Amino acid sequence: MSHFLRRQGWVSGLFALFVALFIITKLIQPAYGSGDFGSLARAVLPYAFAVAAQTVVVIAGGIDLSVAAMMALTSVTAASMMAGASEEYALFVVPFVLAMGFVLGAVNGMLIVVTRVPDIVVTLATLFVLQGAALLVLDAPGGGAAEWLKGLISGTVPIPGLPDSIDAWLPKALLVLIVCLCIIWIPLRRSRLGLSIYAIGSSELAAFRSGVPVKRTRIIAYALSGLFAAMGGLALTMSTGIGAPIPGPYLLASVAAVVLGGVALGGGKGGLLGPIVAVFVLRLVRTDLTLLAIDPNVTAIIEGAIMVAVVMFGAFITMRGRQ
Amino acid sequence: MSTTAITPTPVPFGRRVKRFMADRPLIPLIILLVILVVILQILRPGIVNERWIANTIKFAIPLAILAGCQTMTMLTGGIDLSVGTVATMSAFIMATQVVNQDPAVAFLLAMMPAVLIGIVNGIGVGVFRVHPLIMTLGTSLIGTGCLQVYQRTVIASGAKIPDFLAWLGTGLTWGIPNALLLFVPLAALIVFTLARTGFGRLLYAVGDNERATRLSGVQYWQVITALYVISSVLAGITGLLYIGLIKAPSLSLAEPLVLPSVAAAVIGGTSIFGGRGGYTGTIIGALILTVLTTLLTILQMPEGARRILFGLIVLFVTAAYLRIVEER
Repeated sequence: MSHFLRRQGWVSGLFALFVALFIITKLIQPAYGSGDFGSLARAVLPYAFAVAAQTVVVIAGGIDLSVAAMMALTSVTAASMMAGASEEYALFVVPFVLAMGFVLGAVNGMLIVVTRVPDIVVTLATLFVLQGAALLVLDAPGGGAAEWLKGLISGTVPIPGLPDSIDAWLPKALLVLIVCLCIIWIPLRRSRLGLSIYAIGSSELAAFRSGVPVKRTRIIAYALSGLFAAMGGLALTMSTGIGAPIPGPYLLASVAAVVLGGVALGGGKGGLLGPIVAVFVLRLVRTDLTLLAIDPNVTAIIEGAIMVAVVMFGAFITMRGRQ
Repeated sequence: MSTTAITPTPVPFGRRVKRFMADRPLIPLIILLVILVVILQILRPGIVNERWIANTIKFAIPLAILAGCQTMTMLTGGIDLSVGTVATMSAFIMATQVVNQDPAVAFLLAMMPAVLIGIVNGIGVGVFRVHPLIMTLGTSLIGTGCLQVYQRTVIASGAKIPDFLAWLGTGLTWGIPNALLLFVPLAALIVFTLARTGFGRLLYAVGDNERATRLSGVQYWQVITALYVISSVLAGITGLLYIGLIKAPSLSLAEPLVLPSVAAAVIGGTSIFGGRGGYTGTIIGALILTVLTTLLTILQMPEGARRILFGLIVLFVTAAYLRIVEER
């Protein structure tokens, strides 16, 4: 147990922070209950996928600035395809959009590998391109979503044998998040490919000399990032019922949560659990600010300031580590 | 061994062209600009006249100043994505404060957020070593939030555009845009600073080899902080000029200029990795983009396609630039 705590020290600390924040929330608003937790989980969903997308790339030693734009594009694509279509058609739309995210992510990775332009520049350029493509698909928020997709993340998971009071704390959105992330992350973490991703993030040269196919691994890392971003885009469409072509604040939020989640911006360190808990922490802070009846615009400022402070702190730690 | 080295190998034509373009980046740029204007003239015969040229220059100037911010920050290997927000903030504050205040006071109030954001950017990048892109994105998010809060407090008082700014932004004197009165000295100052002063040389040095610069006793954070403050102040001035041109204060006034400003600097030959480039190329880059925008508008290309094109331009120019540098 102590060994586990030491290895997962950062994540357990974050989890403690989350619990503490939760208690504070309960103190501020004694009526805060399972329903509010459900809406928190729904609000977290797109952020969590954005963070997962960023985490994979950061562990591989890169950064993906196109996450938010990718989410916008996949979201409008899904929304415009599902608008007015039958419920069954959505069964085809979901895999299509996921595949689109995967392929576009792979294109990102290929551009980085082929042009040898730094990832930050390439993804900045693809950020523009994807944003433009999203505007071409839908030039104003619109479209629709299938009812069963929307139903997928609203309500709670009925588990037979559990009392309703506990059952109510298991929102479907949380389950969707856990299932989607685990399906990809756990096999990845245990596979050779996962190890290669950590290896190229830790030291590209050492990885290359140990026979890791660096280029292929990098492309796959970006493709996975695209896949997660597509999930985020779908989550956006699912929770709002429409698609919006203007990217939300997911880029900065994803970088902040990655840093707060204990993933070194240099690459090669950390896991997926930390950033996901970090995202819950950041969202809960927002809930608290709202419960304190602070002007939503001021909330945006405070939130932005927290994220900037977190990123500054992360950069400071990285710098100290290097010296 | 050495016998092979004596016979000079003929340089292939393609490589010669590449080297020429790398040595004199201005000439291909001007050729490109002329080609674009010719295409425009062919598509819409008679469009290129005195009025059109004055109009193009009027719209290119705010873009060129913002691209100047990008050029200077890119010389150090950075980028400033907060220029759009800063320009919007100063424009909006100027337009709303001038209703009740003296123009000079309103000007000072309008420049305050610019200086503040510049300082925060500079400290974040220079002291804490956050990547400039992330840092300036963050401050622009905070700035937008502040502007939204501010907007509520002035909703009752309304807004007006000071006559002086309208004159500067849209006015013509003998067919020449008045904005050139501001731009020409400003551009000369930037070119002079970059080429002839110690500060300019420090920017190139920091971008070229930061470690060597630091070991030679340069206070990195001071240079960076000064740079980002200058960049923000320039963005603020652009905002004032732009509000005189657009004449409709809004909360997303200058946002559409951010992306083209990066593209203009990249097209103008400034390396996004730092250490190379200059402002004259950027000015021509801004002109090219303005003409290109006109062209795309005539071709009825939607906004989305325009963004895609700008993104591709940034990517291809950077990749091509990398090839040219590697071949030397």
